[in-house]
Amino acid sequence: MASPGDVWVVVEQHDGVAAEVSLELLGRARELAGRLGVGTGAVLAGASEAVRALAPALIARGADTVYLADREDLGDYLALPYTRLVAGLVRTHGPQIVLYGATTTGRDLAPRVASALRTGLTADCTDLRIGDFSAQGETYSDLLFQIRPAFGGNIIATIVSPEHKPQMATVREGVMVMPEADDSRTGTVVTVPVERSSAPVASADRIVLTDTDFAVRLVKRVQEEKRVDLKGARVVVSGGVGVGSREGFALVEELARTLGGVVGASRAAVDAGWVGHEHQVGQTGTTVRPKLYIACGISGSVQHRAGMDQSARILAINSDPGAPIFSVAHYGIAGDLHKVIPLLIQAYRTKA
Amino acid sequence: MPQLRIVVLVKQVPDTANVTGDAMKEDGTVNRAALPAVFNPEDLNALEEALRLKVRHGARVTVVTMGPPAAVQVLRESLYRGADEVILLTDKAFAGADTLATSYALSLAVRKLGGCDLVLCGRQAIDGDTAQVGPQTAEKLGYPQITCVSRIDELVAPADVAHGAVTATRSIEGGFETLASSLPCLLTITGEANEPRPASVKLVMTYKGIAAEAMPDYDDTYLDPESDAAEVCMLGRDGKPVCRAKVVQWDHLALEADREALGLRGSPTRVKEIESVVLAQSEARMVEADEAGVAALVHELIEEHILG
Repeated sequence: MASPGDVWVVVEQHDGVAAEVSLELLGRARELAGRLGVGTGAVLAGASEAVRALAPALIARGADTVYLADREDLGDYLALPYTRLVAGLVRTHGPQIVLYGATTTGRDLAPRVASALRTGLTADCTDLRIGDFSAQGETYSDLLFQIRPAFGGNIIATIVSPEHKPQMATVREGVMVMPEADDSRTGTVVTVPVERSSAPVASADRIVLTDTDFAVRLVKRVQEEKRVDLKGARVVVSGGVGVGSREGFALVEELARTLGGVVGASRAAVDAGWVGHEHQVGQTGTTVRPKLYIACGISGSVQHRAGMDQSARILAINSDPGAPIFSVAHYGIAGDLHKVIPLLIQAYRTKA
Repeated sequence: MPQLRIVVLVKQVPDTANVTGDAMKEDGTVNRAALPAVFNPEDLNALEEALRLKVRHGARVTVVTMGPPAAVQVLRESLYRGADEVILLTDKAFAGADTLATSYALSLAVRKLGGCDLVLCGRQAIDGDTAQVGPQTAEKLGYPQITCVSRIDELVAPADVAHGAVTATRSIEGGFETLASSLPCLLTITGEANEPRPASVKLVMTYKGIAAEAMPDYDDTYLDPESDAAEVCMLGRDGKPVCRAKVVQWDHLALEADREALGLRGSPTRVKEIESVVLAQSEARMVEADEAGVAALVHELIEEHILG
């Protein structure tokens, strides 16, 4: 049952499909709530049958309570009405933690909500934990540790909001483990009463959208069908100069296919004509942050590293043990990629 | 027709491309003294949009920054590019502000200017990458927002009977969306939007050369707590300074701010700890390039849910 002090996720959905990061966050919210001995909540807004149908899926991924706001005027995400909704729900129910995906939507909404609630917010977290914090003789128990890179990725900062509730954070996609759907989980769907008024209504316990909340309207939204979805890939296998030839690149492609990943490339490999520009990773290509990045025969120029060094795990395969790519990699294999890649393919086929 | 009023919010940031070990102070805040300071790149894109709108529609472009006295440099840079008016928010009471406290001070400055039609700022600053100050300033002003704007499609300047409107396109995951807003509105601008113009040689000569020659103690005027305005001057044909623009300086009293909502005191967030990636970075764990080594690695990656 919903109670003050729950851990919430503000769910992002497009056409009734929940953003992956929202589901990932439900898994982490579940863990954090377990640690705190509280429940979890999911805020879900939209205006279609498909959105209503999402509620059970959110419960299956870890929500105890789904706060469903199902209205025509909430059909498209817009910062102002959604801020009114989320801030109103927070005031009514008093969660201690509210999490958002660090998407363009989450990073548009969360700061506005934080400002409306006069509370703290940490952007683009890569980890969340519960712990104690002491400062100036005061100890605060069970705070949310909001862990994120800062300063152009040169430092990792742990941020806390000791005296303000809720504690809020946006979290990057792909850094939390996607929870398994458990259809036997039970939860409650609460229909959120939302009103509409032409003039502002001063009321703490009602959620009233006003006409001024709709000062911005969506003219059009265009989703480009990308042939190569490097950004959304959970595994990227990239090849560089060390691959040696167009034929050699087929090996990189086979590894990507085997692991269910997408093919990436360094600029040099693209310039050599072994692979199309749409595969290029790096400063002038696509920035990726998959769960696993495998760099095959890539020396690791600054430009290339800028496009992949935020990957959760990096495996570098290079015949030169002194290649700079090893300085950003978590795992290194110093060897001939033409021998190592087949070993990887074989090992994965045996294990998986 | 009333003139279009644009406020551009800018920030002087440490150049994060060249971070060293002493970049952070023991209390976890940034040791700005240890790093070269630059104009936050996307704020330059925001200024560029403002200056282009000025060309098309006629506008008064006011640039506001909050920071230590040295942050006046980004205001100078703004004047060199064509800003009409620059304002420095500087006060010890502003120090240690997180995004909530920063947006409070910035929103008060916009209010003190009597509001405006358009607030422009960079999407995010390279020292924090939070992208929070824009939306939070908009919320405090009660302005709508369009963030992550890669193109301003259309601006209808406010006329006597209407408030005017802006249409802008923002990048979203795997696509883009176009939004229309009535004015006033706050837009955060990305680096995709434009190529910022360089400083105009003429304007640099106008403002900079003179400051050094005619007013040798120019910088100190910003440090003087008694002064609330310093004039940037140029030499006239007769060799005497002619004042062209004012660097207005506002403290918390000028903003009529609630001190509790400013600086570290007004900031909900605290830095618990900082770990330097540069120093903590360890070498890659090397795996043997044989069957056993590779198999063990693949097993580990599957166990840790890195590979599905």
